Amino acid sequence: MSELQQEPTSVQGEGRWLLGDPIADDRAPDSPVGDRWSDRKFSARLVNPANRRKMTAIIVGTGLAGGAAAATLGEAGYHVKSFCFQDSPRRAHSIAAQGGINAAKNYRNDGDSIHRLFYDTVKGGDFRSRESNVHRLAEVSLNIIDQCVAQGVPFAREYSGLLDTRSFGGTQVSRTFYARGQTGQQLLIGAYSALERQIAAGTVEMHPRTEMLDLIVADGRARGIVTRSILTGRIETHLADVVVLCTGGYGNVYYLSTNAKGSNVTAAWRAHKRGALFANPCYTQIHPTCIPVSGEYQSKLTLMSESLRNDGRVWVPKERGDSRPPNSIPEEERDYYLERQYPAFGNLVPRDIASRAAKNMCDAEQGVGPGGLGVYLDFKDAIGRLGRHAVEAKYGNLFEMYQRITGDDPYEVPMRIYPAIHYTMGGLWVDYDLRSTIPGLFVGGEANFSDHGANRLGASALMQGLADGYFVLPTTVPNYLADGPFDPIDESHPAVVEAVEATKGRIDKLLSANGNRTVDSFHRELGQLIWDQCGMARSKEGLEKALDRLPSLREEFWRDVKIVGTGDGFNQSLEKAGRVADFLELGELMCTDALHREESCGGHFRVEHQTEDGEAQRDDENFAYVAAWEYGADKPGGKPILHKEDLEFSYVHPSQRSYK
Amino acid sequence: MRITLRVWRQKNADAKGKMEKYKLDDVEEDMSFLEMLDVLNEKLVLADEDPISFDHDCREGICGSCAMVINGTPHGPQKNTTTCQLHMRHFKDGDTIDVEPWRARAFPVIKDLVTDRSAFDQIIQAGGYVSVNTGSAPEAHATPVDKVSADDAFDAATCIGCGACVAACPNGSSMLFTSAKVTHLGLLPQGQPERQTRAISMLAKQDELDFGGCTNVGACAEVCPKGIPLASISRLNHDVLGATLTGARAD
Ligand SMILES: Cc1cc2nc3c(=O)[nH]c(=O)nc-3n(C[C@H](O)[C@H](O)[C@H](O)COP(=O)(O)OP(=O)(O)OC[C@H]3O[C@@H](n4cnc5c(N)ncnc54)[C@H](O)[C@@H]3O)c2cc1C
Ligand code: SF4
Ligand code: FES
Repeated sequence: MSELQQEPTSVQGEGRWLLGDPIADDRAPDSPVGDRWSDRKFSARLVNPANRRKMTAIIVGTGLAGGAAAATLGEAGYHVKSFCFQDSPRRAHSIAAQGGINAAKNYRNDGDSIHRLFYDTVKGGDFRSRESNVHRLAEVSLNIIDQCVAQGVPFAREYSGLLDTRSFGGTQVSRTFYARGQTGQQLLIGAYSALERQIAAGTVEMHPRTEMLDLIVADGRARGIVTRSILTGRIETHLADVVVLCTGGYGNVYYLSTNAKGSNVTAAWRAHKRGALFANPCYTQIHPTCIPVSGEYQSKLTLMSESLRNDGRVWVPKERGDSRPPNSIPEEERDYYLERQYPAFGNLVPRDIASRAAKNMCDAEQGVGPGGLGVYLDFKDAIGRLGRHAVEAKYGNLFEMYQRITGDDPYEVPMRIYPAIHYTMGGLWVDYDLRSTIPGLFVGGEANFSDHGANRLGASALMQGLADGYFVLPTTVPNYLADGPFDPIDESHPAVVEAVEATKGRIDKLLSANGNRTVDSFHRELGQLIWDQCGMARSKEGLEKALDRLPSLREEFWRDVKIVGTGDGFNQSLEKAGRVADFLELGELMCTDALHREESCGGHFRVEHQTEDGEAQRDDENFAYVAAWEYGADKPGGKPILHKEDLEFSYVHPSQRSYK
Repeated sequence: MRITLRVWRQKNADAKGKMEKYKLDDVEEDMSFLEMLDVLNEKLVLADEDPISFDHDCREGICGSCAMVINGTPHGPQKNTTTCQLHMRHFKDGDTIDVEPWRARAFPVIKDLVTDRSAFDQIIQAGGYVSVNTGSAPEAHATPVDKVSADDAFDAATCIGCGACVAACPNGSSMLFTSAKVTHLGLLPQGQPERQTRAISMLAKQDELDFGGCTNVGACAEVCPKGIPLASISRLNHDVLGATLTGARAD
């Protein structure tokens, strides 16, 4: 990306960021949107099967995106090195997805089509995503279901023996395929078994319990990674012809989130610091239906699948501060506020709207449970209508999970729910080929920014992960490798030496601080700050407050963090510390991005920009672009540099989203 | 609540481990078992002591990372519940709780409560898949699957690979884990072509690793957090027998 080398042109936001040159995607063909993917597949160069074995692809991450990509590139005959920090690739965070995966199969004949899935996703993303990418996603969704069924993924079926579907928020068709409440698990087991098959076949070399701590960029290309063995603490390098990051989202910057405890931004952030642009970091998704916080010791939040909103009704007492138990509040004293405010979509409005509505109710002191931070999700009517048995068949495992955690029985008492951070739409900037701005570095799954705009619709992350992993990367990565194999490099290359030294230096610095505060105590403080100022509602004042606080928090961290033990063995505090150090930097970029985006869109709600009835107010004139940030702390000016990618809408005309 | 913990501490794979005692006097009922250990670990760090290492990730009972023997039972006292989903309301003020790692020859201890379960991945490598490459799949509705088989296959497929079954078995056998996979794929039309070879290859692999043989004790199904039934093992045996009769071979 030579055009990025230029001097930034102007200082913006009271000196908080700089404006750089615009960027653009030059990979999507110019053809009509429905032809672009087939055109791109045809124009993509191929690699002779005999040469594939000689080319090494590093794939970091074994979730749906990384697992699927590693297995598929292995099947094609490339030499794949796959990495994850868990003890087995099967435990990647994708395993926890519950509700389902979208596909435009139109098996129900309810008016679904590729075009409708495309349309719903662009609209659901509040017109902040790239049309080309979204259309491809909708097309490929059909193949995903076929592939998974062939692998033996036990999707729910009807008595006819055909696949069952259900509805998810933000759509009016039933296109979500599911495997009870464990869809992510079943899809991941499918990808994992394909991966294990390739490991057995010798095409994929698996490195579990291995954490990537830096990216090696040599002579302008991504050529490898620096890793730390979680078992032995050994710092190692792995060199390759191409590097693919499928390392998931950064929701754990908030400390409390629905993500697995290990989910982190380190791989993406290291790549960012090595030159990859980070796009739309402030687009984070708050999921409306999570189990509320129960105490100080809370270590994570548990999602109750959105599918519950198909049959559960959301309400709060009409009376402020009504502390009667829910079952003794009569029907006419309940406010089914989603059904009241959004009659067309009711309980199935998109996530951002449902979350904000819950927050508004709690701000108006109509919330329930400890601290008034909760609303009810009630199944009484569904149980009455369908019978307990049918409700149990659909949601049994979710109800059990709820009861296990809270001790309450949702068949008898309404669930209490509250929004929690769940997904991050932002991520490393990629073009249509999923190439980052560093040649040879591709990014797939939640780690990239590409397909969901400012808000992701339910059941679309699994679709995107598998689309990237099974179909997109296996087309575009070989296109890049067609130029390879690249000149061999070895451990003595200055870029390798530098990356290894930097990694070791960082670990030594963390270990030598020997301060007074635990890693978690810093993480909690950071999380609270980001949640308060860059969570469900954001304001200029709050964001500036956070931006003023973050540098000192970071400084305190490096000075005062306390890690017991050494670096040369299993040390979980050290692992966490490295991740928190990166979250502390990311948090600042998130707040800068949120501050710069003087509009509300999707999950980004700026209190200064709302309609009279409190809906998000977009500003298409000034903000219909992707904000792709260049790391700037090590450059003249010392501030993040903003590159804008203008978004064009030729097929779905931007309108104010209405779900009323 | 006041709780006394006796926790297995072992510095590394080669070190000799021992039980160490810790007292906590501010345990709350709504805490999960792992949150209680987090609280303890925070205290240990501030006292300059090595915190207790344990595997965990999702904390939602689905990734299969967490693995502790609690008062002698893998995953503790609550049925169908992983360690991370166990909450302190199931204990009483003043309780003493023993916490140990999985104990099985095939799962050597790495540190404290962390063990090496990579042998499970090796069993899957031996045949726990349908051999279908990306892109070669037929249209999903080409093969209907009757609902009962689909549901039963799903039940078997819910295995999270935690290893509690092995830890509970006096022989350290992995039969329940292996049979869950064989059942999952064997009940679906997609799994038929490789059904018998899959069973014998996976079984052969498990014997080659450090797992013991199955003598029908049934302790595995008792502790399995996903309720994988003992009947899966009969299915596996049935497929292996079928393979012997038809002369199917793993290659
Ligand atoms: C509770 C929950 C429920 C969800 N339900 C749904 C749903 O119903 N439908 C839906 O569409 N979406 C759902 N989502 C979202 C979806 O699950 C995720 O967006 C998606 O699975 C992400 O997949 P991924 O492959 O990009 O990354 P992940 O599955 O997060 O995998 C990341 C991988 O990267 C590895 N990794 C990360 N950093 C490093 C590093 N530094 N070094 C080495 N390895 C590293 C990890 O080990 C892991 O293997 C849900 C999310 C949550 C939290
Ligand atoms: S069969 Fe049950 S106990 Fe054994 S690994 Fe699977 S889930 Fe765990
Ligand atoms: S931590 Fe994932 S199952 Fe317990």
